[in-house]
Amino acid sequence: MLKKSETIGFFCIKASAYAGILLLLAALALIGLAGYRVISWQFLTGLWQHQDIAAGGIWPAILGSFYLGVGVTLCSFPLGIGAAIYLTEYGRQNFWRRSIEVAIRNLAGVPSVVYGLFGLGVFVYLMRLGTSLLAAVLTLSAMTLPWIITAAVEALQAVPPALRESSLALGATKWQTIKQVALPLVLPASLTGGIVGIARAMGETAPIIMVGATFYLTKLPTSPLDKFMALPYHSFILATQHSDPRAVEYASGTALVLIVLVFILSLGAIILRYYFRSKYKIQ
Amino acid sequence: MNKYQNNNRHFFDKMWRFLFRLTGGVSVVLLVGIFIFLAVNASRILGSISLGEFLFGAVWNPTSYHEPLWGTLSLVYGTFIISALALIIALPLGLGTAVYLSEIAPRAVKEFLKPMVEMIASIPSVVLGLIGLLFLAPVIARMFGLSNGLNALTAAILVAFTALPTISSISEDALSSVSPRLREASYALGASQWETIWRVSVPAALSGIVASVMLGFGRIIGETMIVLMVAGNSLAWPRSPLSPVRPMTATIAIEIKEVVVNSLHWHALFAVGLLLFLITFLLNIFVDFWLKKKSI
Repeated sequence: MLKKSETIGFFCIKASAYAGILLLLAALALIGLAGYRVISWQFLTGLWQHQDIAAGGIWPAILGSFYLGVGVTLCSFPLGIGAAIYLTEYGRQNFWRRSIEVAIRNLAGVPSVVYGLFGLGVFVYLMRLGTSLLAAVLTLSAMTLPWIITAAVEALQAVPPALRESSLALGATKWQTIKQVALPLVLPASLTGGIVGIARAMGETAPIIMVGATFYLTKLPTSPLDKFMALPYHSFILATQHSDPRAVEYASGTALVLIVLVFILSLGAIILRYYFRSKYKIQ
Repeated sequence: MNKYQNNNRHFFDKMWRFLFRLTGGVSVVLLVGIFIFLAVNASRILGSISLGEFLFGAVWNPTSYHEPLWGTLSLVYGTFIISALALIIALPLGLGTAVYLSEIAPRAVKEFLKPMVEMIASIPSVVLGLIGLLFLAPVIARMFGLSNGLNALTAAILVAFTALPTISSISEDALSSVSPRLREASYALGASQWETIWRVSVPAALSGIVASVMLGFGRIIGETMIVLMVAGNSLAWPRSPLSPVRPMTATIAIEIKEVVVNSLHWHALFAVGLLLFLITFLLNIFVDFWLKKKSI
């Protein structure tokens, strides 16, 4: 028999578990309602018109965010997997390994605006990349790296040691074991972690404000050293710094496109994870 | 032939080992690099701004016509108000979610709910800021009879969401790793499920729960876009949770685009960045030692 106070307590706990998610879904639905009317073929594929925000589209921002995502993937994914392999396959419990782990945990906690400062100082001015797509990609890659390493380490640790040991026992070298046994099992799993990280990087606004996003482009970026538009920055400017009375509606529309993009990526990652889990029977 | 192949194999082995070690080192280089870079830039203010004024001055007004003021205390205080309020909101929600997921929810519900909670983390903060501008701020303004709802409370409610996944997911891991024997022993002694949760499971997982709160706190402190959009951007000293504030992150993001490169103001903003970096760094180191001490 439950006491009355406990029944209330259990209800509160259950409510708190659902409250966060429900409130957020409700809020996202409101954004959708506020923004869905501006979404049209022209809005998605047209070039941005500065004078009349209803005349143009957000194609340059979509493209910019896409470039960012691809760039971050190319930069941080190989580095992240490499570091994860070092940590799980090679690293012994020594000072160097311990410092790498501490560094990763701390990097994951560094505020994005500090990455922005770092990117602005190092990539934009010190390396003379200017405010550009490349500077933004490097800054966001630095920010994403710890997430990708963490995801890949988790995936690698799930590979049963017996598989590696049998490979080593057959006379394979360490590298052959990694390449033939561990990587094929791990790549898909760390890919899902990586996708989530990249989705988060694409939604990040504070660092790209500082290192290269712009609100208005006369032409699409053609080289990594060009300035670029990005969805989150576009939405931010429309919502806070635009005088047009319809700007808020267009900000919501842009945010809606961003949310859908990020959710498709995250959802894809989750589905991939379940698929590979059942395929390889690893946790 | 055979011998040659063998050497080749081992050469590759060594080469890859070296490469992997290199990629592992990138993180350390990055962390140390960020620190040194911030510190070098921040140290340039030392001749012009006294450390006492920078840390304890109440007014931040670098563009004043008469005499620029560089006190970061109001910025730190703004960050503190928002963080404290956000934690008050996020802690019960996050802990409740964690307890529900690990102790109460049936497996199917857990499999569904856990990824949902984790997906909250992937919502872009600019979207949360927009939600605040469009929907939450008007509600807050009406509730408290304010002219606009852009203040610390509005920002804190939204920022709490960014800490929710961190708190609930790490706490849940901690609760799930409590040995089932402890719970069984508690039930065997006649305790109810409610008593077992709060007298056995939660105390046993307390170190992990504390760690989750500290990490969530770190995320809250570093949140930029939400506070930039809905915290009100006022440099006046905040008097209540309903005052508009301007935390450290928002100050950096607003001002860095408008200052002359390598000016005093530029370096002062890097000093604010260094302050932020050090706060989150100390939080992380604290969590590290805390967990290590508890696990032995």
